[in-house]
Amino acid sequence: MLQIPVAELANRIRMGALTGIYHAKSGHPGGSLSVADILAVLYGREMRYDPQRPDWEDRDRFVLSKGHCAPALYAALAECGFFPTEELTTLRHTDSRLQGHPDMRKTPGVDMTTGSLGQGISAACGMAISGKLRKKDYRVYTVIGDGESEEGQVWEAAMFAAHYHLDNLCLFVDSNGLQIDGAVTEVMNPTPHDEKFRAFGWHVIRINAHDCAQIMTALDEARATKGMPTAIIAASVKGKGVSFMENNVGWHGKAPNDTQYQSAMAELQARSEGGYRHG
Amino acid sequence: MADKKATREAYGEALARLGQDHLFYVMDADLSASTKTAVFAHAFPDRFINCGIAEGNMMSVAAGIASTGVPVFASSFAMFAAGRGFEQIRNSIGYPHLNVKICATHAGITVGEDGATHQCNEDLALMRTIPGMTVICPADCTETAAAVEAALKIDGPVYIRLGRYAVPEVTAGHSFAIGRGQLLREGTDVTLCATGVMTSIALEAADMLAAEGISAAVANLATVKPIDRDLLRTCAEKTGALVTCEEHTVLGGFGAAVTEAVCETCPVPVLRVGMEDVFGRSGPVSELLVYYGLTSAHIAEKAKAAIAMKK
Repeated sequence: MLQIPVAELANRIRMGALTGIYHAKSGHPGGSLSVADILAVLYGREMRYDPQRPDWEDRDRFVLSKGHCAPALYAALAECGFFPTEELTTLRHTDSRLQGHPDMRKTPGVDMTTGSLGQGISAACGMAISGKLRKKDYRVYTVIGDGESEEGQVWEAAMFAAHYHLDNLCLFVDSNGLQIDGAVTEVMNPTPHDEKFRAFGWHVIRINAHDCAQIMTALDEARATKGMPTAIIAASVKGKGVSFMENNVGWHGKAPNDTQYQSAMAELQARSEGGYRHG
Repeated sequence: MADKKATREAYGEALARLGQDHLFYVMDADLSASTKTAVFAHAFPDRFINCGIAEGNMMSVAAGIASTGVPVFASSFAMFAAGRGFEQIRNSIGYPHLNVKICATHAGITVGEDGATHQCNEDLALMRTIPGMTVICPADCTETAAAVEAALKIDGPVYIRLGRYAVPEVTAGHSFAIGRGQLLREGTDVTLCATGVMTSIALEAADMLAAEGISAAVANLATVKPIDRDLLRTCAEKTGALVTCEEHTVLGGFGAAVTEAVCETCPVPVLRVGMEDVFGRSGPVSELLVYYGLTSAHIAEKAKAAIAMKK
């Protein structure tokens, strides 16, 4: 477990993600910022892992089903010691280990290759049932986007997880309300997520995705819930932490220019507990 | 060639036999009685996972299981495994090169009466374009059993194409290895290159040609990818003309794989027998094979045409 406060880790994840996207000149800042606090709690407090042994058989697993938010995952992994934070500036470069979407064969700490929406949650189900069948005590965590839940495969997986009583599986729905073409409720309304997951046989918890205490409490509740998987519906703000990106769908998949990057980093650094630098 | 048996039968038996000594899981999408994974499920109920009618989810779940270090066999009809599940196979299994064996039954038009929606004539083409995917289409039950065992012994994704149409034993006495074809019959005028259910039909065609004084070799190439380029080159050099035989579209599948290899090693005429860019239809298998030209007589005609094209 890391010694730095989770709020500080979340802030570093945001800065690391933006730094990667800025150097890549492309990527997805909006969703990377909305998922940052969830990642900070998972990697900073909740999960059992060893950065020296990324393939450790009994580690907890994390699957970023909304794989386009890889910059945030990479920042979390770097902060937690899987690889140097300096490497974040190589995101999406031809010779980099950091692919545009997570690649379990290239990046230490990435537990599943994702990017095609709807597939990561299924893969997480596979990890969870494999653990159950072999009586392993590891847990599996996954995050989907609320827009991602328009993929039918999400609900195939939801059926599967409840049918096989995968109480070692915990899902976050990063509900930032926006997808590429606009508001999720206008493009293709997938809500209400709580009622849908409950109807599919899941234990459902609603939280604020940017309140680390709420995230931790929800994870405790998920661990204590037996016989069914848990879905944490996390109300989030797309672009959270950078004022001009917040709730602006234009920042779904666009890199900041020099001025915007400096402005965003200044805003985040002001909230940081000091000494934070990226290359 | 007395007893005929569908390759799916040998698949179920092989799983149940291998399950005694190896840890792996078997998945199905509500077709276990038809794909014969039910034979394994009966023997090892705690290692069988039914996914219901959700093939895309099954492929990604299989990937997740494989990521934990346990091999998985995932089965459905070819149409729904390779067809419906293509993108999941490509992205969740193929790209991370996970240890999932996709064993798809009811391939091709020998599905028969169920008709075009269930007759998958495209799976070999789809699967062989995925980097790192091994693609095997066994000719009989002996070869199926060997292929399933060989697939379990390699680390990485494998697609095995199986049928519901009973076929005779044709590979007895020939050993199976991934990537190696088998020369079932020597010949000098033309080589009939066949895969899957077409291998026994190609052997019949060779008999017909022999009666007309034409010496046809027959090569059985169960491994469609990686194709046996050495055997194909030898056949091309020796006989100077090839005919490919597959129960699959002639576009992009086995015939294409053979043609590509021959073009690059020893260019000679290659004519293809298969589904001619059309969908299938309902009917008894024996009638459909005639309707679509997948017969020994049709192969023999193509062989004569190929011989005529030699310089």
